Amino acid sequence: MFSVFEYVLIAVYVAVLLVVSRWIGQQAFSWMPPQATAEAQRVDDLFSFLVSIGAFILLGLIGVMVYAIAFHRAPPEDYTEGHPSRGDARLEILWTATPTLLVVWIAFQSFNIYQQLNILGLKQIVHLHTPLESAPAYAETVSDAPKPASETIDVFVKQWDWSFRYPNNVTSNQLHLPINRSTRLNLQAQDVIHGFYVPEFRLKQDIIPGRDIDIVLTPTRPGKYRLKDSQFSGTYFALMETDVYVESLDRYNQWLTQTANSEPTPVNQAVAENIQPPKTLFNSGWYTVTPAQPGIANKRKQNNDT
Amino acid sequence: MTHDFSQEITGEQESENYQNQQGNTWQQYFSFNTDHKVIGIQYMVMTFMFFLIGGLLAMLIRAELLTPESNLVDRPLYNGLFTMHGTIMIFLWIIPFNAGLSNYLVPLMIGARDMAFPLLNAISFWILPPAGLLLLSSFFLPNGTAQSGWWSYPPISLQIPGGELINGEFIWIVSLVLIGISSIMGAVNFMTTIFWMRAPGMTFFRMPVFVWSVLSAQLLQLINLPALTGALILLLLDLSVGTQFFKPDGNGDPVIYQHLFWFYSHPAVYIMALPAFGIFAEVLPAFSRNPLFGYRSVAIATLGIAFISIFVWVHHMFTSATPGWMRMTFMATSMLVAIPTGIKAFAWTATIWRSKLHLETPMLFAMGGAAMFIFGGVTGVMLAATPFDIHVNNTYFVVGHFHYIVFNTITMAIFAAIYYWFPKITGRMYAEGWGKLHFWLTFIPANITFFSMHPLGLQGMLRRVSSYDPQYQGWNVIASLASFLLGASTLPFIANIVGSWLYGPRAVDNPWHASGLEWTTSSPPPRDNFEEIPIVKRPPYDYGNPKYSIIEDSNNNE
Repeated sequence: MFSVFEYVLIAVYVAVLLVVSRWIGQQAFSWMPPQATAEAQRVDDLFSFLVSIGAFILLGLIGVMVYAIAFHRAPPEDYTEGHPSRGDARLEILWTATPTLLVVWIAFQSFNIYQQLNILGLKQIVHLHTPLESAPAYAETVSDAPKPASETIDVFVKQWDWSFRYPNNVTSNQLHLPINRSTRLNLQAQDVIHGFYVPEFRLKQDIIPGRDIDIVLTPTRPGKYRLKDSQFSGTYFALMETDVYVESLDRYNQWLTQTANSEPTPVNQAVAENIQPPKTLFNSGWYTVTPAQPGIANKRKQNNDT
Repeated sequence: MTHDFSQEITGEQESENYQNQQGNTWQQYFSFNTDHKVIGIQYMVMTFMFFLIGGLLAMLIRAELLTPESNLVDRPLYNGLFTMHGTIMIFLWIIPFNAGLSNYLVPLMIGARDMAFPLLNAISFWILPPAGLLLLSSFFLPNGTAQSGWWSYPPISLQIPGGELINGEFIWIVSLVLIGISSIMGAVNFMTTIFWMRAPGMTFFRMPVFVWSVLSAQLLQLINLPALTGALILLLLDLSVGTQFFKPDGNGDPVIYQHLFWFYSHPAVYIMALPAFGIFAEVLPAFSRNPLFGYRSVAIATLGIAFISIFVWVHHMFTSATPGWMRMTFMATSMLVAIPTGIKAFAWTATIWRSKLHLETPMLFAMGGAAMFIFGGVTGVMLAATPFDIHVNNTYFVVGHFHYIVFNTITMAIFAAIYYWFPKITGRMYAEGWGKLHFWLTFIPANITFFSMHPLGLQGMLRRVSSYDPQYQGWNVIASLASFLLGASTLPFIANIVGSWLYGPRAVDNPWHASGLEWTTSSPPPRDNFEEIPIVKRPPYDYGNPKYSIIEDSNNNE
């Protein structure tokens, strides 16, 4: 099917592609937000690897199409036939084997990296009538045993409010995490499905009402980040964000004692917007789920602490 | 000689024939007609209307996202807009458009006089307009349309205005169940037709790949759609009569809904995409004058994609309450899809290799769509890799990937199909210049719009948000402006199609010198498709070999 010239052309093209796609793969690191956890570095390595392979395939096939457009155009009225070749067993085996090998390689890499992430712990479905209660002791673990962690923080979510309970029973709307220590987050949702997501952490976990789910993460980069609700949760979905601080253990403990001695001052954008809606060009007046008032929210947390 | 390949048109005869087909019978398109060709056109024209409505909703969404603040539409309306945009585009545009195109083409391509069950066929179609109008009517309810996204995950879809039995979500479910019933009936019809109505000599391995892809897609409709229909009925019971299938505060489990939903809705992507791949397999050989390279592998790969796609649904739920072993299993199965799709992409490329390319409008759309599919496929493999998916799940990266598939691949393929079979369907030629204008006005803005979503997603911008952090504004403005241009690109298309249908020059039977049975009958085909049922003696994709070449005959005649 190919002439010698075409073989040389293909060889040169593949060599150029290898260099270019590797370069694009290196660029991929800069397309991501800063890496703020140990897990983020591994995810970015995987992404760079995927981008390299993807660029190679994409540029390879599109290159052939562009080559055909540039050099194999027929004159407008020329409807004579091209080549009669209906197939080539060797070529077809080659291009079945190629994606198979690539897929095995990609799956292997992804599996390895997933093993290193070691993030998720799932407990059996427990049907709690008050989901804010802690899981009963009989809730045995399924295949994913809880991962060991040096710090445990309870995360309670509801429309549209994040609250966190720290080891000394302090409750706050901010998430503070000590740097370089593995922290378990026990995630519990009250009403609908929400999602825990900090882009710099690369981790995301849906929080399902009625289930106990925890994830373990190790922040590695001090700073302030935004925690977002990643699963669509209704009217004020976009407003369900809060601050995340990654700081040294000293400052973290300092903050804990400080907060324990001060009155909680919850801020909730959804409540504010429900009372004072922003001016929009079109006002539908359609059904709106009313967010719980902050006062009620606090009371709940206090009940829960007892 | 079983069919007449001659290109000659004695003008008189042609126009008489044309009159017989089309003359003064526009009313038939608004009637309960059992001709598969009329039904096909009914489907295609109606779904195009829904495409325009869905597109307008998309432009409203993009207009809201021009600025970080929520300032164009209030939040409930925004939630209703993206819910309805997704629902309309999937369930009232791509899937039924494919059903219409398949309706028109499959009997012609396999040499049948009609579908197996013409009456059922008409019923399948006539369920859709009321279902679509019902869905749209929810815009006029005091509490508005469904607001829980096209996934309609409980418990959020069960949060309804207190005490109102008829609400947006209720109407959404009822319309989707109706559309589902229509699709299941259609699937039975297609399967039966392809199995039992083939002309003598039309063996399975002489069927065009388009027919293979319809067979595979409809097989998926039969196997998987009942899961969604069942889930929706349970959801309706939860919503309206207080059962607790999916309610976590009862004894229900919302994750079960996700499993049932994605058990259909992942294969649904292939129900939409396989016919698009089929279109590529028809158009690329015709305009490169080469046989489809590796026809047999492509046909088998088509069935392979359908088969594997039944076992991949959990990759939509990697961040749900999905345990590690399940994440890894479904990562592996999801990646397997890359093998048959890879075979197809290589086969398209090899078909074009060393060819005699004609870049008429259908070919532009087909090559553009195929190239964009490779991009969408690459990001698809990335999304199958669990650790990476956990980062970009529910972000604009997924939205970008998905639109590369559903718009840049499938809708481009649909446009390729409309231009390619337009002369056959209407008996007239479209205006080439307008077609090319339409292509460039679609191709460039579509790429800008949907490419921009990938960096947004990598940076962590979530889908379905009505306001966002100011850091995301740059790419959003680019995406929005390009999307308005993309919306405008339908105008030259409509002008061309409507104008050419009414006033275009008469088309010959086979303007592209294409192979395939549909090109052997007149344009438009007579009521029973063929003067006499053809006997098939040739391999599919009769290009490249002068011995088989249709052009030989017509050259002699000219």
